[in-house]
Amino acid sequence: MVELSGNLLFIAFILYLVATLFFGGSIKQKKDLNDTKTTNKWGKIAVFLTIIGFISQLGYFIIRWIVAGHAPVSNMFEFTTFFGMALVGAFIVIYFIYRTTLLGLFTMPVAILVIAYASMFPRDISPLIPSLQSYWLYIHVTTAAIGEAILAISFAAGLIYLVKAIDQTKSTKKTFWLEFVMFCLVTVIGFVVVSSVFAGMGYHEKFNWVDKSGNQAQIEYTMPALTGPHEGKLLTKDGFKPWAEMPAFINAKKLNTVIWSVAAGIVLYGLIRLIIRKRIGSMLKPLVKNIKLDFVDEISYRSVLIGFPVFTLGALIFAMIWAQVAWSRFWGWDPKEVWALITWLFYAAFMHLRLSKGWHGEKSAWLAVIGFAIIMFNLVAVNLVIAGLHSYAGS
Amino acid sequence: MKDVKCECGHVNPHGTVLCEACGKILVEEENEKQLLDMRYEGSARRSQIYQKTVVDKVWNFFSSVKVGVWLIIITLIASILGTILPQKMYINLPPEVYYEKEYGWFGKLYYQLGFHDLYGSWWYLLLIAMIGISLVICSLDRVVPLYKALKAQRVTRHEGFLKRQRVFGASHNVDQRDIETVKQHLIQKHYKVREENGDLLAEKGRFSRWGPYVNHVGLIIFLFGAMLRFIPGMYVNENLWVREGETALVPETGEKFYVHNNKFILEHYDKEKNKTFEKALDRAGNVVKNYQSNVVLYQRSGEKIPGEKPKLEKVKEYKIRVNHPLEFEGYSIYQSSFRSEMDSMTFALINKKTEKSFGELTINLRTPKEKYDLGNGYSVKILNYFPDFEFAENGEPSTKSRVPNNPAFIFRMTAPDKPKGETSFVAIRQTIEPFGNNTYKMAFKRIGTTNVSGFTVRKDSSIWVIIFGGILFMIGVIQGAYWNHRRIWVQNKNGDVWIAAHTNKNWYGLKREIEKVLEDTKLKMPEDQLQREQKDKEGV
Ligand code: HEM
Repeated sequence: MVELSGNLLFIAFILYLVATLFFGGSIKQKKDLNDTKTTNKWGKIAVFLTIIGFISQLGYFIIRWIVAGHAPVSNMFEFTTFFGMALVGAFIVIYFIYRTTLLGLFTMPVAILVIAYASMFPRDISPLIPSLQSYWLYIHVTTAAIGEAILAISFAAGLIYLVKAIDQTKSTKKTFWLEFVMFCLVTVIGFVVVSSVFAGMGYHEKFNWVDKSGNQAQIEYTMPALTGPHEGKLLTKDGFKPWAEMPAFINAKKLNTVIWSVAAGIVLYGLIRLIIRKRIGSMLKPLVKNIKLDFVDEISYRSVLIGFPVFTLGALIFAMIWAQVAWSRFWGWDPKEVWALITWLFYAAFMHLRLSKGWHGEKSAWLAVIGFAIIMFNLVAVNLVIAGLHSYAGS
Repeated sequence: MKDVKCECGHVNPHGTVLCEACGKILVEEENEKQLLDMRYEGSARRSQIYQKTVVDKVWNFFSSVKVGVWLIIITLIASILGTILPQKMYINLPPEVYYEKEYGWFGKLYYQLGFHDLYGSWWYLLLIAMIGISLVICSLDRVVPLYKALKAQRVTRHEGFLKRQRVFGASHNVDQRDIETVKQHLIQKHYKVREENGDLLAEKGRFSRWGPYVNHVGLIIFLFGAMLRFIPGMYVNENLWVREGETALVPETGEKFYVHNNKFILEHYDKEKNKTFEKALDRAGNVVKNYQSNVVLYQRSGEKIPGEKPKLEKVKEYKIRVNHPLEFEGYSIYQSSFRSEMDSMTFALINKKTEKSFGELTINLRTPKEKYDLGNGYSVKILNYFPDFEFAENGEPSTKSRVPNNPAFIFRMTAPDKPKGETSFVAIRQTIEPFGNNTYKMAFKRIGTTNVSGFTVRKDSSIWVIIFGGILFMIGVIQGAYWNHRRIWVQNKNGDVWIAAHTNKNWYGLKREIEKVLEDTKLKMPEDQLQREQKDKEGV
C-alpha cells in the first residue's frame, strides 16, 4: 500500500513535468493568448495531463491517509507535497476561470519544484504526538495550504507580468531583482540536485560534538561537512574535514545543507547563463509576447482575492480553534503563528494599496512576489530554522 | 458649510465631487481628468470637509488609508522581530540569564530592548490599538456617505459622468429593439435593471461594497473581545497540580468544584504493534502516544462551613487527554503536563556491624507519622522532618518548601539495648551522627513515587465575542472578495446610445459580461479607456 501511494506520487510528478512541456508548446502555437474560447490542441493535452496528475496525487494522498490512520500533512515531506498538490489544484480552478495556458507554464514548474523539494525529506510515515491528534489539525493545515497555494498563483501571474513588463535591453534594479527571483528558483533545483547526488552516493559522516547545554552528542551528516558542529570530532574515517566550526547555537548541519544548495544554485545558474547568454528573464520574454498586461494583472489580483479568505480561515481561524482545543489558548505567539499573521497582514496591506493607492500592474506584481517569498519563508525557514511548537521534529 | 445644488435638482452635501443623483461633476478640477475617480462615488467624507480643530486632525489622521497601511506594515515588521529569538514564554530559564547565555551579546541586546516579551510590550499593544482606532474612524468616515450616494443614484446620468467612465463607448443609428434585447440579456445575467425614459441602469452585487465594512466591524469586535480578558472575572487561567489519588479544589470556581485524579497514564508508540511507524520510530526513538488523566469531577453540596470538610457530590467521570479537555459550566480543564513526585521512603533499621535488619518502615513523605513501632522493643521516632532540605545560612538544617523534593529526617532509634535511643540525621546519600558513634542505622531501601497531573484550568467568557468577530470578519471578506459591484449604463444621448460601465474590481470579467450582453445586437462594444492609455504606453 505504502509503495502504491509512493508510485502514484511519482507518476503525478512525471505527468506534471510532461504537462509543462505541453504548456510550453501551446504558447508557441497560439497567436492571441487572451482569446479565451480557443485553447489549442497542445493546451488541451497539457490541461488534461495536469488533471490526471492531480488525480494521481490525490490517490497518493488518500492511500497514505488510510495507511497512516491520519491525514498525511504531519511532517515536512507530507505537508510540502500537499502544498504542491494544492498549487496544481488552484491552478486548475483558476485555469477554468481565465483559460490561459501561459499561467500553467509558469505555475507547473513551481509546483514541480515544491514537490521535488519535499521529496528530499524523510518519507517515513510518522506517528502523531498527542497534541497533533485532532481533526482540527487536518482541517487547519489543509485549508491553510490551499489558501497559500491560491495566493501562490498570484505569484506566478505576477512573474508573467514582470517578465513581460520589464525592459531587458538594459540592466536595471528591476532586471536584477527579477533575476534574483529566478536564481532562488534555480537554487531549489540546486538543493534537490546535491541532496539526490549525495543520497545516491550514500554519503555519511559522523561527528561527536558538544551541544548548547554542554552535553556530548552525536550527529550524522549526509553531505560533506563544510561547516562542522561545535567542538566536533570527526568519527568517520576519510570523512570530509570541516572548513569551519560553528558555535553551539547554530545548527551546523542545516547551515551546511544551505551552503551546498546555494553553491549548487550558483553553479547551475552560471551554466544556464553561459548557455543562453542572456538573463533568464530575457530568455522567457518571447513566451509572454502575446499576453495582455492587464489580463495577467487581473489574474494575479483575483488569486489574492480568492486566496485571502481561504488563507484567513485556514491559517488563522482554524488554527485558533485547534490551538484552543489542544493548547488551551487560541493564540500563543509561536513563530509559525506569528508568520501566519505576518503573511495575513502583508496581503491585507497589499489589498489596501491596490484598492486605495491604485497600486496596479507592476507594483502589484512585485507585491505578489514578496507575498510568495513570505509564504515560502514560513514553509521552509520557520519550520527548519526557527524551531517552535510547529517545527516538525526530526525532519 | 453650504450644500451644493446640482442642475438636476439634487441637493448634495458640501464636499461632494460627483452629484449623488446624476453624477455631474461638481468640482472644477475633476473636469480635467480623463477618467473619474469613482472611489466612494465621489461622495463627501468628513475627513475632507473638516480640517480645522484638533479633533478634525486626529480624525483625518486615522481615517487615511495611507496611515492604516503604515500601521499594518509597522506591526508586520515588529512581529518579525519577535520571531528572531524565542519569546519569554518559551524559555525555561529566567530571561535575564537565558538570552545572554544562549545567544551572547546579541541575546543580551535583544533582552535589553525588551524584545523577549515583544507581543506583550506596551508599544506593540499600542500599535494594535491604533489599527483598531483607524479601523473604526476610517469605516465611519466612509460608510455613511457611500451608502447615501449609492442609494440616491438616478438612472439617467450626466454626460460628463458617462464619458469619464473607464469602460465607455457610443453607437450610432441604433435600433431600439436592440436595447430591449440588451435589457433581457442583463436580466438573464441577474442584473437589477432600472429604466427611465428609455435609459437603462443595470446593477448587481451592490451588497459586496459593504464587505470591507463588515469585515472591519468583525475585526473591531475581535479586538474588543481580546481586550475584554483584562477585565477581572472574564478570564481564568490557572495551573492545577493534582496527585494520583487526591482531590483538589478547582481554582476560581468559588470553591464549588473539586477534581479527583484517579490515575495518570502515559503511553508511547510501540514499534511492534504499529508496524507502519516502524521506520519513523527507529529514527525518532520514543514517541509519546497519549497523556491522560482519569478524573472524577465533584461539586460541593450544601453551604460552605469553615473548618469542616466539604460534602461532595459526583458530577461526572472523564478521561482528560490532550485535545479532549473536560468541560463544565464554562470551565475547561486541560491536560497540560505531568511530573512524577517522591511520595514515600522506605528504610530498614539495621545494626551497623552485623547488618542485621530489625524491620522496615515506610514513611509517607506528605504525612509522616511521629513514631514507627517495629516490634520486639525496636522503634523509630521522627524528631524532625525537612521535606525540601537545605542548610540555612546559620548552618542549621531547614526546609526550602513543603514539597518533598529532598527529604531529610532526624531519627531517634530505640532498641532493647539502647533504651534511651540514638540520634541520627539522614538525608539522601548522607548520614550524620551528631552524638558520636551509633550502633544502629537507618538504611535506605527505596523510594515510592506517584504521578502528578498538571492541568490548566481555563474559563474564557470573552471567547464568544471573539468567535462572533471572527465569523463576521469571514463573512465580510467573502462578501467583498467573491462578489463585485457592477453597473452598466445604457443611455440615449444626442441621438446615439452610450454605454458605460463600472466595477469595483475584475474589469476583465465585466468586459466579458458586456460582450455577452451585447451579443445579437448591433451595439458596439465599449472600450476600456484605461487600457487604451496603457497600450499607447506599451506601444503595442
Ligand atoms: C489588519 C487589518 C485590516 C484588514 C485585515 C483589512 C481588510 C480589508 C479588506 C479585505 C478589504 C477589501 C479589500 C479589497 O476588496 O481589495 C479592505 C478594504 C478597506 N480597508 Fe481594510 N483592513 C484592515 C485594516 C484597515 C485599516 C487600519 C484601515 C484604515 C485606514 C482600513 C481601511 C480600508 C478601506 C478604506 C477599505 C476600502 C473600502 C471600500 O473600498 O469601500 N483597513 N480592508
